[in-house]
Amino acid sequence: MEYLPQILFILIVGAAAFIMAKRISRIRKNILLGRDTDRSDRKGERFRNMMLVAFGQKKMFKRPIPAILHLFVYIGFIVINLEVLEFIIDGIFGTHRYFASIVGGEGAYTWLMNIFEFLAVGVIVSCTIFLIRRKVLRVDRLHGQEMTAWPKMDATIILVTEIILMFAILTMNAADSLLQTRNPEYITTGTLFFSSFLKPLFEDMSTSALIALERAAWWFHIIGILAFAIYITYSKHLHIFLAFPNTYFANLNRRGKMQNMPEVTREVKMMLGIPDETGASAAATVNESEGHGGSGAAPQEVATLGAKDINDLNWKNLLDAYTCTECGRCTSRCPANQTGKKLSPRKIMMDTRDRAEEVGQSLDKGGPGLEDGKTLFRNYITEEEINACTTCNACVEACPVQIDPLSIILQIRRYMAMEESSSPQEWQMMFQNIETSFAPWKFPPSDRFNWADSLKK
Amino acid sequence: MEYKVPTMAEMAAEGKEPEILFWVGCAGSFDDRYKNVTRAFVKILNKVGISFAVLGPEEACTGDPARRAGNEFLFQMQATANIQVLNGYNIKKVVTACPHCFNTIKNEYPELGGNYEVIHHSTYLQQLINDGKVSMKGGGEFKGKKITYHDSCYLGRANQIYEAPREVLEALDAELVEMKRCKTKGFCCGAGGSQMWKEPEPGFKDVNVDRAEEAIDTGATTIATACPFCMTMLSDGVKSKNKENDVKVLDLAELIAKNEGLD
Repeated sequence: MEYLPQILFILIVGAAAFIMAKRISRIRKNILLGRDTDRSDRKGERFRNMMLVAFGQKKMFKRPIPAILHLFVYIGFIVINLEVLEFIIDGIFGTHRYFASIVGGEGAYTWLMNIFEFLAVGVIVSCTIFLIRRKVLRVDRLHGQEMTAWPKMDATIILVTEIILMFAILTMNAADSLLQTRNPEYITTGTLFFSSFLKPLFEDMSTSALIALERAAWWFHIIGILAFAIYITYSKHLHIFLAFPNTYFANLNRRGKMQNMPEVTREVKMMLGIPDETGASAAATVNESEGHGGSGAAPQEVATLGAKDINDLNWKNLLDAYTCTECGRCTSRCPANQTGKKLSPRKIMMDTRDRAEEVGQSLDKGGPGLEDGKTLFRNYITEEEINACTTCNACVEACPVQIDPLSIILQIRRYMAMEESSSPQEWQMMFQNIETSFAPWKFPPSDRFNWADSLKK
Repeated sequence: MEYKVPTMAEMAAEGKEPEILFWVGCAGSFDDRYKNVTRAFVKILNKVGISFAVLGPEEACTGDPARRAGNEFLFQMQATANIQVLNGYNIKKVVTACPHCFNTIKNEYPELGGNYEVIHHSTYLQQLINDGKVSMKGGGEFKGKKITYHDSCYLGRANQIYEAPREVLEALDAELVEMKRCKTKGFCCGAGGSQMWKEPEPGFKDVNVDRAEEAIDTGATTIATACPFCMTMLSDGVKSKNKENDVKVLDLAELIAKNEGLD
């Protein structure tokens, strides 16, 4: 059965692809539980933004040390994927170092392999420093109330896996280099700088043991990468893919501008007896509200004002949640959080994702989905958190992948104010003042111009 | 000296249209401390001889505090009524000393039918200085003095206005000292998002105290602000540290008025 490894390989890759496809489809459905929001405009600007912020990592460089370390892992991830392509070809066709057999093992291939090895070492060094920052230096923003056992374990698993996968490449290359000197069937690849340091460890091994080691490292690396790819879809690490769409669909308006509610505009104009020129946009909102239920919710005639659960948020909010890698830059800049309030923008994003996952898993099993008696607001996010926000946009500014926690907070505030009338008492007083005195404080409107009295004397 | 503060109604009665509408805002109208900023700005406008007017009793809250607290209905009621007044007077250009009014009228009124050129007073003052209309005398009261500028979130991150206020301060010939958290990393005063109108949630510190400490630590004798709520929060923060005799919290317009002897 000389084809056995190839058949096994194809089965493994096929199974991994199947699991991935299923998982991606579930995440996509979860994100589309959100309401519609139109981000199909300004395509050129969006593309440039994505290239700068996601591809070019522009916002990462506000913090240079993690930025440089992250750059190594990022470039390593992109470039080493080229090697995975060779792995796939070799695995399917039973070849060995297919690219080398085409372009020759020396020269360009040696260069390429050395670049891979350099990047592999870069990834190992960076991930090790990342682990030290988490476990030894205990960098503040990597901890915090929402960083419970699982998020911490998740981060550790990701970093350790990346280190192990890179060692597998280096081990494979070291064993391969030794085999090249013993068996002419192994195509010579020239000197591979970094893996040559591992050679002394394996020098005394028999040729058959070396062959076994080389094969084991090869299988370990490729199965490891496939398993990691599946794991990522359940982890905080999805940013490696979602950073791209997330920056492409990012809000391009001034940060100070809150999203309008056309359904309210319509009603206000009706109340004030003003002809509504925005009739078209109001009609569009009705369509949005009909469409937002997805597969889980019963169709609603009138959409909830503001948000109490994930289906009241828009799909970009949910994409934000799946993109979040829990780095905590937002929380470390949040004035409320930094002065000891419960609000943490990172927790808002994590809660939103966890709720979306909960609903999705329930729907997968034919469960009640959104109708499980729980809601994002109250079961996950509390009033105390929502009320503490100063809307200062520091979290939005800090996020390297343009996640907008403020958008979620403000939509929940709308729900509290307009659906529940549960805003803080002092705010209700302020509302009343604006209604009766046209100012947030209780002063008679006739006093509004008194400030000028002393000037006119 | 007598200053003129014409209202739109008066102007309209004379068949005149001013070059700018000065939107005073609720804090500028009712807050005892910020009324002084309003007057300082009016004095500057008078001195420069700009044709301006205010709405006076016809002005009403932009709705920003209601909107940030979630009450979209109330916001839109306010906005719609204001837009009717502004459009009724055919307003083209609005200048305001409140970053919250500025942000709302500039970014949020267009969707509701209010389209104006909206300028915050920091940018407007900078333009007046650049155009030579306010000739900053060297050797004024603030020459060589340490001033730190506190970025208002609604000017800075919300609207990318970081340089105009600083250029105004540089024109005073003062020594501008920056806090570590400034510009895009500026730390909020604690008042935004309608926090101005309620007690903060429990924590180990108040946001404004944290910020005031940072400002005091720069060694500046003046904390310059460009927002009524930042001014309240930082003044309270400085007071809580018993530093109100050493460190003054002043608005950009007050600094210029003082420098110009318009007090």
